[in-house]
Amino acid sequence: MGSISLFLQHLANGISLGSLYALIAIGYTMVYGILRLINFAHGDIFMLGVYLTYFGVLYTSIPWWLVFAIAPAVTGLVGILLEAVAYKPLRESPRITILISAIGASFLLQNLGIVFFGGRPRAFPVPRILNHVVKVRGVSINVITFIIPVVTILLLIGLSYFITKTKTGLAMRALSRDYETASLMGIDINRIISITFFMGSFLAAMGGIMWGARYPQLMPLMGVMPGLKSFIAAVVGGIGNIAGAVVGGFLLGLGEIMLVALLPRLTGYRDAFAFVVLIIILLVKPSGLMGSGQTEKV
Amino acid sequence: MKRRLGLALLVLAAVCVSWVGAAFAQPIKIGVFEPMTGPNAAGGEMTVEGIELAWEVRSEVLGREVQIIVVDNKSDKVEAANAVSRLIERDQVVAIIGSYGSSLSMAAGDIVKKAQIPTVGCSPTNPLVTLNNDYYFRVCFIDPFQGTVMANYAVNELGAKTAAVIQDVTQDYSVGLAKYFIDAFRRLTGNPNSIVEISSYNTGDQDFTAQLTNVKNKNPDVIFAPGNYGESALLIRQARDLGIDVPFLGGDTWEAPEFLSIGGEAVEGAVFSTHFTAEAPVTPESDRFLEIYRQKYGKEANAFAALGYDAYMLILDVIEKAGSAEPQAIRDGLAKVEGFVGATGIISLDENGDAVKSAVINRVDNGKFVYLTTVEPE
Repeated sequence: MGSISLFLQHLANGISLGSLYALIAIGYTMVYGILRLINFAHGDIFMLGVYLTYFGVLYTSIPWWLVFAIAPAVTGLVGILLEAVAYKPLRESPRITILISAIGASFLLQNLGIVFFGGRPRAFPVPRILNHVVKVRGVSINVITFIIPVVTILLLIGLSYFITKTKTGLAMRALSRDYETASLMGIDINRIISITFFMGSFLAAMGGIMWGARYPQLMPLMGVMPGLKSFIAAVVGGIGNIAGAVVGGFLLGLGEIMLVALLPRLTGYRDAFAFVVLIIILLVKPSGLMGSGQTEKV
Repeated sequence: MKRRLGLALLVLAAVCVSWVGAAFAQPIKIGVFEPMTGPNAAGGEMTVEGIELAWEVRSEVLGREVQIIVVDNKSDKVEAANAVSRLIERDQVVAIIGSYGSSLSMAAGDIVKKAQIPTVGCSPTNPLVTLNNDYYFRVCFIDPFQGTVMANYAVNELGAKTAAVIQDVTQDYSVGLAKYFIDAFRRLTGNPNSIVEISSYNTGDQDFTAQLTNVKNKNPDVIFAPGNYGESALLIRQARDLGIDVPFLGGDTWEAPEFLSIGGEAVEGAVFSTHFTAEAPVTPESDRFLEIYRQKYGKEANAFAALGYDAYMLILDVIEKAGSAEPQAIRDGLAKVEGFVGATGIISLDENGDAVKSAVINRVDNGKFVYLTTVEPE
């Protein structure tokens, strides 16, 4: 294995991990953009999406590709429910109250997961078509490694079309710019917020399916670490900024892989690396790489 | 008539006394701390299945009822320490069984030592679990033996000249076993450079591609990767994806159904050492255990259930022989165990409180664990 193909292999590994972070980070950033809320239950919604897919594939006769579309939609509905139960009643409360409610919702989902899905891990049923190895000039790649960034980019294109070209998207942008004025302009706030949660949760579940296909081990606490990492990715890119979330995700994924690959002695600090990046960004450029400095609304 | 009434009263009184006596004879409480959730959950659950089975077979000793109290240590070192403290302080247990996972057992070590509550580990294999601790015992072999067994297998059976080692740096089990394997492999090959790469990861990691790409670059003949069944299965999957086709070797933690289901085709041919197999019963007690396990759970037993069964049965045997269920008496009894016939073999505890037993080597064939051979201790 030459040093160039070695590097290319590391690069492929990093991009694959990074696009997973990116996909989950978009959900964080969308919700933050509109509600100024860090939805800490996002990682657990991600977990729920993977489990729903698991049960859909194994315990119903629905073909797997349809489950891959239905399960995220159901997860999206759960996202709407979560917002209605845990966040909506607190919308007029101080922001810290909703934040604590989000942390509570996260623990609730995790423990419901342990009760209903059991503590023992389950194996994600990866369709064979997504799971075979191709070799390109000495670089071995499982097709899923290739599919993940493609799906991420496709979803991203669809999402930016939705946000920039549709009326609902326009309402979302208006809402994130100025909450009160937007409501005065006749925008149905509740509906827009529900749609935002639906889409964020849908994307989290899509990320979950990709995650499950790549790392087919399902556990009720599997959302915690990817959730935190994606949150960091969103902050690094500039929270509230969708393109920023994607850039942050790729940077974090690549950074992690390169840290382990080039400095094997620091492997134990892999998770710490992500948090160090977070601290540095918060110190140097708190608005993130692509975030515009926000002026506090008066 | 009067005499009859007197007799009836006497019988009634006797019944009352014995009934009241039984009510006052407190049950003997034995605590169990095992991982029921988290990355080691499968191991904990399998062990507890064995302990519960043993309790169903024998739930009385010295005429007193035995109670087992199971606490989940969540595969977490801090929770493991909390779990044993709870068992000792709140439940006032006289002895403790546990835990799967050497790190979890070591986290409990100081607490049981201070409280002077005898504890029997089922499957923690790191030597440090019982070292310098008069209250910790175990019914399994330890890693210097297990590591040597696997190094022997790599060199003699597979003809390996070089090896790479991938260890989980957060598990004392993995780090310890890796070290003993490395020492033995270097000794057996007579080549201090025969270990071409030592890579590390953390429990909970899902992506091992960076480490594996580096390992692949060194072209080892065999890879030794002891670790949790879940992480190991993912690791081997990713290795196969990267085009690494050399054999993978591991330790007893690989014996979990999840290793097979998560690993899928990738773990075919993986070889590991363990404590016991249903395919090769070693004592009359093994046969009995396998039979009742089949009846209760409707499947073949695994090594962890067998060790859980043995740990419980050993404690009850010691209580009976000592004629007392006081913690100190149980400890003294455990320190003298010699030739106890268990399901996993004949158990004699040495000066550290470790069992000296044979190891079994299994291989994954067609999605099942298949017995290869048994290795006797030196």
